[in-house]
Amino acid sequence: MVRSRSGRLLALAAAALFLGACSVIGIPDSPLNALDPKGPFARRIDDLFWPVFWVAVVVFVLVEGGFLLAAVLFRDRPGRKEPRQIHGNTRLEIIWTVIPIVILASIAVPTFKGVFELTECGQNSYPVEVIGHQWWFEYRYPEAGVQTANVMVIPAGREVCASMTSDDVIHNFWVPALNGKRYLVPGQTTLLRLQADEPGLYQGQCAEFCGLSHALMKAQVRAVTEDEFQTWLTAQLEPALQPAEGSPAAEGLTVFQNRCTQCHTATPFSSVGLENFYGPNLTHFMDRGVIAGAYKDYSRENLAAWLANPPGEKPGSYMPDLKLTQQEIDALIAFLETLQ
Amino acid sequence: MSESTAPPEDEEVAHHDEHESTGVENRKLGMWVFLSSEFLFFGALITNYLLYFGREFEQGPTPSEIYDIPFTSVSSFVLLMSSLTMVLAHNALTRRDQGATRTWLLATAMLGSVFLAGQVFEFTEFIVEYDMTLSTNPAASSFYVLTGFHGTHVAIGVIMLLSLFGLSKRLGGLSERQHLNLELVGLYWHFVDIIWIVIFTVVYLLTATSGG
Amino acid sequence: MTTAAERAATIFRRPAPEKGIWSWITTVDHKRIGVMYGYSAFIFFIIGGLEALLLRIHLSQAESNFLTAAEYNGLFTTHGVTMVFLVIMPMGAAFMNYLLPLMIGARDVAFPRLNALSYWIFLFGGLFLYSGILFSGMAAPIGVEGVSGNLDPSDITRLGALPDGGWFFYQPNASRDFSPGTAVDFAALGLQILGIASLISAVNFIVTIFNLRAKGMRLLRMPVFIWMSLVVAFLLLFSLPIIAIALFMVTFDRQFGTLFFDATGGGDPILWQHLFWLFGHPEVYILILPAMGIVSEILPVFSRKPLFGYAAVVFAGAGIGFLGFGVWAHHMFASGITPAAQAGFGIATMTIAVPTGVKIFNWLGTMWLGRIRLAPPMLFAIGFLAMFTIGGLSGVTHSIVPSDWQQTDTYYIVGHFHYVLFGGAIFGIFGGLYYWFPKFAGRMLNERLGKIHFWLWFIGFNMTFAPMHWLGFQGMIRRTWRYHPSLEFWNQIVSIGAFIIALGLVVFIFNWVRSRRHGPIAGMDPWDARTLEWSIPNPTPVHNFSTVPTVHGLDEFWHRKYGEDDEGRPVRKDDADSYVARLGEEGNDPAVPIHLPNPTYFPFLMAAGLPLIGYGIIFHTSAVGKALIAIGVLLSLSALMGWATEPLEEGHHGPVEAH
Repeated sequence: MVRSRSGRLLALAAAALFLGACSVIGIPDSPLNALDPKGPFARRIDDLFWPVFWVAVVVFVLVEGGFLLAAVLFRDRPGRKEPRQIHGNTRLEIIWTVIPIVILASIAVPTFKGVFELTECGQNSYPVEVIGHQWWFEYRYPEAGVQTANVMVIPAGREVCASMTSDDVIHNFWVPALNGKRYLVPGQTTLLRLQADEPGLYQGQCAEFCGLSHALMKAQVRAVTEDEFQTWLTAQLEPALQPAEGSPAAEGLTVFQNRCTQCHTATPFSSVGLENFYGPNLTHFMDRGVIAGAYKDYSRENLAAWLANPPGEKPGSYMPDLKLTQQEIDALIAFLETLQ
Repeated sequence: MSESTAPPEDEEVAHHDEHESTGVENRKLGMWVFLSSEFLFFGALITNYLLYFGREFEQGPTPSEIYDIPFTSVSSFVLLMSSLTMVLAHNALTRRDQGATRTWLLATAMLGSVFLAGQVFEFTEFIVEYDMTLSTNPAASSFYVLTGFHGTHVAIGVIMLLSLFGLSKRLGGLSERQHLNLELVGLYWHFVDIIWIVIFTVVYLLTATSGG
Repeated sequence: MTTAAERAATIFRRPAPEKGIWSWITTVDHKRIGVMYGYSAFIFFIIGGLEALLLRIHLSQAESNFLTAAEYNGLFTTHGVTMVFLVIMPMGAAFMNYLLPLMIGARDVAFPRLNALSYWIFLFGGLFLYSGILFSGMAAPIGVEGVSGNLDPSDITRLGALPDGGWFFYQPNASRDFSPGTAVDFAALGLQILGIASLISAVNFIVTIFNLRAKGMRLLRMPVFIWMSLVVAFLLLFSLPIIAIALFMVTFDRQFGTLFFDATGGGDPILWQHLFWLFGHPEVYILILPAMGIVSEILPVFSRKPLFGYAAVVFAGAGIGFLGFGVWAHHMFASGITPAAQAGFGIATMTIAVPTGVKIFNWLGTMWLGRIRLAPPMLFAIGFLAMFTIGGLSGVTHSIVPSDWQQTDTYYIVGHFHYVLFGGAIFGIFGGLYYWFPKFAGRMLNERLGKIHFWLWFIGFNMTFAPMHWLGFQGMIRRTWRYHPSLEFWNQIVSIGAFIIALGLVVFIFNWVRSRRHGPIAGMDPWDARTLEWSIPNPTPVHNFSTVPTVHGLDEFWHRKYGEDDEGRPVRKDDADSYVARLGEEGNDPAVPIHLPNPTYFPFLMAAGLPLIGYGIIFHTSAVGKALIAIGVLLSLSALMGWATEPLEEGHHGPVEAH
């Protein structure tokens, strides 16, 4: 064991550094990484955070170092004298009251500004409505009359103003790469500014506990070029095509009309009034690439598992176990695959 | 170096020169402390009502549309008078007039009960005449819960008053030790009255939109 | 001697047991009440810890089926409720109950029977809360437009019936429509009952501190632990009414159809959050201040120096308490409140960092230039300082409001509050357990085992909660039954750390149990301490002080043992050892008979009525429910009547003869 005081301090410091290094090396890069901004608002937040973080690191080193130092330097040893009974020091009290105030004041000013500038939507922002349901996100485009779900398509490089509410309980909309999160409150409207610099797929999640399948309520934002966006909007307004006579898809359409039209709109086959209970609009189902509240990527296996037993996949699911036969499921999948 | 002292009695002031104290007897200080907490209890309820008061609801009516101010003024006056009789009861006990104490205690309890009867009548009117229940709208919920809790506090006060009355009757009068108890009940009663003054002013008078 | 008339006023014979379970049920001795609080809280700590271990086993895999979603959601909710309301709060109460009179030179608290009532209400409240698991069944949400969710039969389990929604039960998720069944009602009513217990304690402690101090103990001569207890009592006094109202509103919404938080009826779900956090933020200061007080007592003793900046620490503590009422909406930055509100609360939150920093620096100043003994109490105290500082710094990052929009509802927050509540409050509490164990048991806890416990906890704790900070920034949300596979490695590290913590606790339990019977005898003043509670024998005699001391300044007991030389260094007085020995003899053998309040069972009975009322409210639609309400009310009222007509003291109870 190291005996000298400085030697022990060095060992401790080395250990701390090693542990710190481990932590940095091991940081995974998850799809919901909040430290990798891909849009101006997330970047602004990032810019606010890092300076404060480094100030905190300095304070951490000084204060923790102080404790460590004290515990080592002033440790009782044979022959040590009794310590002078110091009761305090007014000047020190003032110093260590004023310095934190100064540091905090310098943090407060940009924070203050940031809050205001990051909350109000910009003049030329594109409006999208987000409605939270247990356990999926609905997106509406009021200027175009589009209603869709699970994937929010936005024009890259342009600000989108999401005005948000919920149909049932409080949810949260969070796409870390683009901005912080904001609640979706039933009976109220909240706003969130979103903007992606480049086209791409940005992952998100509901972050406010909203019931049994809270962990499985995901969001996706797909940023596309301005042209692609206009094309997409137009396509969304097109009704689905009638499947060919006698095809498996036609068989699936029959199943759909018998079992699914109570809750799912799929123009022109069904239309559920918005004042009733409804599930995601399926007219352009295949456009999304994800299913069931964006919690699973689209694949035949995933879709089959979902259709076979929704509550088994997503506990509490409002879509019941319809007790579909394997044949019905296969037919339905064939039909759903035609909903481009 | 140190003195010998008897243990501190929580209802006696005799030894308070032996330790650092506020000079207010333990139970009286305790009642004041408790009542300060109750101020926040009713404060939260009143704030609640005010938050919902201005909003529009699908289902009506809201309480402020159907208040009967003249009627509530009368029952408020009754409650106010009960504070007066409470003071008289305390006064009587200070003069060692046990009979008068009992009379005024009973009077306070009865006035409190009249107030409560008035509340019951008012609630019944609202429910039967105007179809305003707990579930009509949040303003109605707030109103009933606020005044309901106040009424419960009044009822507890009436029970305490009647207990003192009964005790005095059975034992031929209240002892020196019971002095403090009467004072404590008095404090509680005045508090309940003050809260009602705030409720009547803020909840009834200031928010009433109907003529009464 | 009791007169016939006095006896007539009591309906049943007055109990006077000195031993056995009845002596505990009828006790009004603050020390025994403190011990009961302590053991009850400790058992709940083990339960809450087991809940955490179940969660961590589940979370060691990204897509685990170890727990169903309902079980997971119920367990994290119950874990939070347990740790906050059934562990940290009653642990604080345990210390305050045991130590308050001892530190201020009193024989008991101002209202001994009320004190007992607090404990029994707490215990019945906690049991009532947990009993919900027996009566609640699982049910899918009823949802909107009358369409309900569906449950797979394999998901319907007993454990899945635990209340979910997190310890703050946000509305409307915790409303009747979305959390049908009785689970949430048990939680809400249980918390309501627990709140009554704390409120009564608060009144008791305030009156005790203001009215029962020994002669010469002016307010600014009180130990810091007493000051922190006073601030906590005021925080309880003013925050509990608000949560009581909020819980009534939730219960009424669920049971009687009011519309407080029902958005479809015009109610405001955000109102619940305001009300909850108006209580909830002062609550977290209620959780941490007792530990800060404990640390303020331990550091001077084990540095052999007075607390640096006593007045600053006291006023900073009071300041934190006061400011704590002004920051509640920092839990709601992402909820849609206006930017002005967010900015205001952000700045208010930053302000609290100032007095907190003042305390930390003063604690450092206490250690600096001291003569430090790294016994277990000191290790835990230093651990508190180190961990709490980290938690405080992450707290400052939360006050950067836009950044909080990224941080909130993620594991970054979970990391923060565990650093301050576990690394802070729990470490401080355990430091206190090691420090004051001799007072309670008359023996010492084993030092070597104590050090092993500390290091297991230090390592395990940091392994468990440090990674949560970056897990949060990598997008791991809170309350999540499943998470992204890329985060699995660090979740496994976290889970391993949790088991190391469990191991440390096992070491502690072993140490405690063994030392109760076989630990070295403590004797008088084993730590060479500074405050009055050490001037009486160990274990504490039932009457506390044979003679109540007169106080001439801060650290009265220290100054009776030590003078100071020219350099200001302490010099032990020549007669100090004999003085302390004499205190030991006199302490066990009072010269005059001392009357103590008699035991009574009315507090126990009165408390027992409350859970009955609770069950009645939950089942109020049935005849049994209505009957239970009536029985509960009757029981509590009659116990109250009996209590009110029973004198505090009858005959002799307490040390009359020489022992």
